[in-house]
Amino acid sequence: MQIEIKFNLNGEDVSIMTDPVRRLLDVLREDFKLTGVKEGCSEGECGACVVFVNDILVNSCMVPMANVINKKVMSIEGFKQTKEFEVIEKGFLEAGAVQCGFCTPGMIMATENLLRNISNPSVEEIKEGLSGNICRCTGYQTIIEAVQLTVKDGGELWKSNLTSL
Amino acid sequence: MRINTRKIRTDGKEKIRGENKYLEDLEFKNLYYARTLRSEVSRGIIKEIIYPEIPENYYIVDKNDIYRNEVKMVEVDMPIFAKDQVNYIGEPISLIVGQNKDVIIDIINNTKVIYEELPSVYSMEEAKANNVTIIEKENNEFVSHEFSTGDISSLNNCEIFDGVYETTYQEQLYMEKQGAVGDYKDGELIVYGSMQCPYYVKNALMHATGYNEINTRVIQTDTGGAFGGKEEYPSLMACQVAAATLKIKNPVRLIFDRREDIMYTTKRHPSKTYIKSYVKNNKIVGIDIDISLDAGPYIGLSDVVLQRALFTLNGAYQIENANIKGTVYATNNVFTGAFRGFGAPQSMFALEQHFNQVANKLKIDPFEFKKSHFVKQGQKTVTNGVYVEKIKLDEIADKLEKLSDYKNKMKLLDTEDYYYGIGVSFVPHGGGFTGDGEAEHIKAKVKLKKNKNNTVEILIANVEMGQGAKTALPKIVASVIDINLEDVIYNNPDTKYVPDSGPTVASRTTMVVGRLLYKAAEKVKERFNEEEFIIEENFKAPDYLVWDPETFQGNAYMSYSWSGNVAEVLVDKITYDVTVKNIYGVYDVGYPIDIKLVEGQIHGGIIQGMGMGMMENMTSKNGKIEQNNFEAYSVPTIKDMPHMEFDLVINEYDDGPYGAKGVGELTLVGIPPAIASAIENAVNKEFFKVPVTPEYILEVKEYADRNQI
Repeated sequence: MQIEIKFNLNGEDVSIMTDPVRRLLDVLREDFKLTGVKEGCSEGECGACVVFVNDILVNSCMVPMANVINKKVMSIEGFKQTKEFEVIEKGFLEAGAVQCGFCTPGMIMATENLLRNISNPSVEEIKEGLSGNICRCTGYQTIIEAVQLTVKDGGELWKSNLTSL
Repeated sequence: MRINTRKIRTDGKEKIRGENKYLEDLEFKNLYYARTLRSEVSRGIIKEIIYPEIPENYYIVDKNDIYRNEVKMVEVDMPIFAKDQVNYIGEPISLIVGQNKDVIIDIINNTKVIYEELPSVYSMEEAKANNVTIIEKENNEFVSHEFSTGDISSLNNCEIFDGVYETTYQEQLYMEKQGAVGDYKDGELIVYGSMQCPYYVKNALMHATGYNEINTRVIQTDTGGAFGGKEEYPSLMACQVAAATLKIKNPVRLIFDRREDIMYTTKRHPSKTYIKSYVKNNKIVGIDIDISLDAGPYIGLSDVVLQRALFTLNGAYQIENANIKGTVYATNNVFTGAFRGFGAPQSMFALEQHFNQVANKLKIDPFEFKKSHFVKQGQKTVTNGVYVEKIKLDEIADKLEKLSDYKNKMKLLDTEDYYYGIGVSFVPHGGGFTGDGEAEHIKAKVKLKKNKNNTVEILIANVEMGQGAKTALPKIVASVIDINLEDVIYNNPDTKYVPDSGPTVASRTTMVVGRLLYKAAEKVKERFNEEEFIIEENFKAPDYLVWDPETFQGNAYMSYSWSGNVAEVLVDKITYDVTVKNIYGVYDVGYPIDIKLVEGQIHGGIIQGMGMGMMENMTSKNGKIEQNNFEAYSVPTIKDMPHMEFDLVINEYDDGPYGAKGVGELTLVGIPPAIASAIENAVNKEFFKVPVTPEYILEVKEYADRNQI
């Protein structure tokens, strides 16, 4: 069964004819070519495919299209155009928090989600905030440093509690 | 630029932005998808395969669609598609190929394979018992090696200690799953894939298809982690997609789902190691070791894994008399292969744990006990090779003691809720292939191309897989020539353009390939005012490398990297949950080409080693892997991460670029024994297996307590 599904994708209103049980992950990757959203496990366990749906961070492999009707979806492709992204990117580069890169876009999105909720997180809060994202390369310590550098560099961006998209 | 300038990794930005392309992100015109029909039994003869009606434009690709049905690795014992018999659960029988994934899954679900089941072997004990023989060799032994140094039979009046040490499967769990795409264009066979060894894949393809040097081409795509898991396995997948693309003359993509990847691709070999040591005056003067590895039904790289396990068996110590034996057994379990450390994590766990237990029995502090055995320059290895280079183990130990505050920490007591424990390990890891492997088998060749616009291109077959090759190697070239890092080009290897510089394995990329690039760069520098030219550099074995591949006598490695680790743990008195509080490490990796990249290898190795030491409990029952997703197979998350601190001892290696030696594997090897020893220290019991899970601690504690009654 195909139905018309309208939603807002990275700031733009879009509409597609598709099966409402298709996964958001597949629609983003296959129909919109947004390949920064990665499929790691397809069971909601690894965090490589996370996106924001109405500002809530979700594993897009677990979301059927029916659940995004008239909602706001933001993937790494949309988020990378924000000021917040620039500061996070700088933090990750400086800290050396990237290796194979497959978990990285998800880690960036989870960092944004964390900072939206807690603008100056403690180490324990960083661990809690990023605990849904598996990284097999870095050993995580540089990722924590990356978040700390981000806060040091541009923490005021999140204090205002506004997202610039 | 200068080599010690810290540089941001060259591939960092595009990865953060999600802009680089892994295999699954690439678009191919008129792409067909493939999925594997797999064996459901661990051993059996295929009597009949009943496929449903196959719709138009859907294909079955199997043993009849390939010129030589053999995956060429070291041997050729593994078929690309099952012949008449299957030998493990999950063994590929055929590919179902088409353009709609749902239709493909329907076809697979409606296919019935009829087997005549044969008796299976599910463990090394069953293999040894030999009631069932599953390979053509005697006693289910693929291969067995034995060698010795000194004369253990001459030892008398020694105190004897012994133990049997076990490790289980470990899954690499790279974040990007295995995948390959086959394409056929204008008479050329092209395979794209996530891989460590483009030329292994190319050689396997030529063998399987009969295509030649010219019309076979392999292109590595951005690789989302590998850890050894993409060393030999991609050759199998490449041959399968090659068969499919040659049959249908359209591009064919095979990407595993995560459950398939966890259950059916190569893993770290389960091992069992018997150690008997001879002690005189509080020193281990002789050691008898017998190690067994479970290879699954095909040998793959298992003989090479066994050799690395054996050649490193004196660890960081001088042991004058040693008898070393090892055997690779065939079973009908999933077939095992390369994983960071390549045999050494198994043998070093056994040796270090044994040293820890002997020290405790002799009532000597394990740190001091191990230190008193440190090997020195000029002394001999277990293969009667001579340690040619400077060994700075004493410096490593001193730094480690200070960094970890070991002496004061030893006095720390249990709290009301937790047992406190501290453990230490010292391990070496040889860089590059064992023995004469680099000179006789790999024969690495690299090229540098100087362009008109004054950029320099690195032409090698080694890959970036997360470890930082695309930063470290250009740094070497840029600093030798003294140009900007941005002016060095290093693209993903395409065998049409790059020479065979060998596989991206064995901690050899920086040390061996980097050294060749260093030498080539010196020549580029001399001629830099010329417009355009290519420099080629070939590997030559250093004079001091003496090796007899028949008897395993001589220098098993060109150089060794060394590490010392201290782990501190808290064990919950009620649940036996283990929290690793701190891990300290001091490393001699020669000279660090980039401190941030070295840090990345250290942290990553520690966490993966921690997984092996206490969390990643992968088991096989009746030939079937029992954990098949991230939930059942738990790897460390950010919440499990201990505090990590490290320091380096600089010890430049003459035949490494700027003195660099291997890094990547070493950092994992010492962690399982450090953690297991810390847990022994905490609960005051001996542990013989990793991972040391709460269930295992409970079992050991309960058993001991019951025995006291």
